[in-house]
Amino acid sequence: MSQTITPANVLNGAKSPSPAIAPADFSLAEFVQETLALTRRLFIQLQRRPSTLIAGIIQPVMWLLLFGALFQNMPRGLFGTSQNYGQFLAAGVIVFTAFSGALNAGLPVMFDREFGFLNRLLVAPLASRFSIVLASAIFIATLSLVQTSVIIAMSAFLGAGLPNVLSLGLVAAIVLVLVLGVTALSLGLAFALPGHIELIAVIFVSSLPLLFASTALAPLTFMPNWLKIIASLNPLSYAIEPIRYIYTHEHWVLSNVVMESPFGSVTLGLSLLILTGFSAIALLSIRPLLRRSFA
Amino acid sequence: MLRRLKKAIMAPAVSIENLQKRFGSVEAVKDVSLQIEPGEIFGLLGPNGAGKTTTLRCLCTLAMPDSGTIEISGVSVLAHPKLARQKLGYVAQEVALDKVLTGRELLQLQAAIYHLPRGSVKAQIEQAIALLGLQEWADQKTGSYSGGLKKRLDLAAGLLHKPDVLVLDEPTVGLDIESRLIVWNFLRQLRDGGTTILVTSHYLEEVDALADRVAIIDRGVVIASGTPSELKDRVGGDRVTLRIREFTPLEEADRAKAMLQMMPFVQDVIINAAQGNSLNLVIAAQSDNALTTIQQTLKAAGLPTFGISQSRPSLDDVYLAATGQTLMDAEMAASSQRDLKAERKQNMR
Repeated sequence: MSQTITPANVLNGAKSPSPAIAPADFSLAEFVQETLALTRRLFIQLQRRPSTLIAGIIQPVMWLLLFGALFQNMPRGLFGTSQNYGQFLAAGVIVFTAFSGALNAGLPVMFDREFGFLNRLLVAPLASRFSIVLASAIFIATLSLVQTSVIIAMSAFLGAGLPNVLSLGLVAAIVLVLVLGVTALSLGLAFALPGHIELIAVIFVSSLPLLFASTALAPLTFMPNWLKIIASLNPLSYAIEPIRYIYTHEHWVLSNVVMESPFGSVTLGLSLLILTGFSAIALLSIRPLLRRSFA
Repeated sequence: MLRRLKKAIMAPAVSIENLQKRFGSVEAVKDVSLQIEPGEIFGLLGPNGAGKTTTLRCLCTLAMPDSGTIEISGVSVLAHPKLARQKLGYVAQEVALDKVLTGRELLQLQAAIYHLPRGSVKAQIEQAIALLGLQEWADQKTGSYSGGLKKRLDLAAGLLHKPDVLVLDEPTVGLDIESRLIVWNFLRQLRDGGTTILVTSHYLEEVDALADRVAIIDRGVVIASGTPSELKDRVGGDRVTLRIREFTPLEEADRAKAMLQMMPFVQDVIINAAQGNSLNLVIAAQSDNALTTIQQTLKAAGLPTFGISQSRPSLDDVYLAATGQTLMDAEMAASSQRDLKAERKQNMR
């Protein structure tokens, strides 16, 4: 114990050149560093508190088992080209599970705000506050892919069949694009709403209507006209229909029609484009919230 | 370029000019100007709700001032917030740790968001842990920490990137005496190492003992500033506390008061009912034999002396002279008027 450490040598030893006059330009290396560290924090939390992931896997499995069983005895052919309701439902459960996971992404950020932890990040010289968004998106996307894998495996077990590798890649891409957009919206809400009670209320009232007013549980052809219009405006439909299409069609191209909306036929390509547009708008729309007061 | 460099060297560590910030109808900061020199501990003293925290939040880029300028070593915080954030370390009043992370993991996160070079991070974290005596707890989750440990970890995080200016909001509130002394010593050491420290407090003794210079802030305005002894000298006079008996009957206290007021060096006498009718006197500074004279006068009138003491004015007297009320009274008045819910909202970002 001969070594004593005083603040003097902590502060003056190895002091890097003062950035006093240097311009504060955006640095990609800094952005990567902070994003990785913030992502790591979320994964450490998950590792030590895995209950959300476990619940997030049990829930879609219950959807498939129980909700799928409700309509098991429906006449064949009622659900378009799907072999059975289980196959029809798989696409809906994949998308809805990813969607609700992403919708909850704002909650940890809201708690960070309420506990003051976010201030720790905001007083730090972050290269960009988008690292907070990106870290959440990486985290939620990883969880969603794990959930998606389980749902696909479970669906295959229940007789929905297994898409080929290329199709699985497309499913993953669709899930990622959707998750990015919805995560951005949820974080936007977490920055805009006054507290977690309000955020939970918004999540609560928005998730089920968005589920029912989409093609997750029943095809457009089942719906009255007014609901068809709403479901055709719902971004979830544009994630569900392409996945459902590639579940039933081993060979697909972007010009295949996946949905007959009241506004016209929607091709696979258009569907992906609309989904990407939705996510891009969501990401852009939260910029002012991140910049609020001091950027 | 050279002029900017010169300006940066000559400039005070922190310069706040005519800062103003309101939240809705509440004018949290009306007019605050502070000049803090490099390498000093600067104490910002005032009752709760005086505008201390809001001033710090504006300095640390957490709140946008309505008007006024803030510079750190000559660099405008408003124009170059990122540069300011690099130079600042901020330790908030409420310790906000992630209870699932260990102390070391929190410091690793802190190092990354300040972009410390990966090569030296490990050694720097070890130093910070050693500096605040956290070796034993560094690998435990912060959720298991006591209040004092949490504060020490928060301090370690605040200084990890070697800020030029360390800003601490009420660093010792709610700490036990031992942790408080650790924090005090630590701040003095840091100051001796060249760091500028801005610390708020509503504990008078703390600021008196710790700060090289002090500003007293009340209702959003700086009402006095200087070194603690300058401020006390400015108030003038010495303070004498006199107890005739342990619990003096009011009639005796009144008699003594009448006599004491006649004495040439006595400037003011009040009877303090809260302390068993003791007598609080303001007397001319450095009056020779004042205590003896007082005792002899009382004895001649048949009154005993249970206790008598003389002291220089305290910062509380400075506050009293400037505002007409003691800090404790101001505290009570302020706490009854505070809207805690609204304040929590202001602090949320």
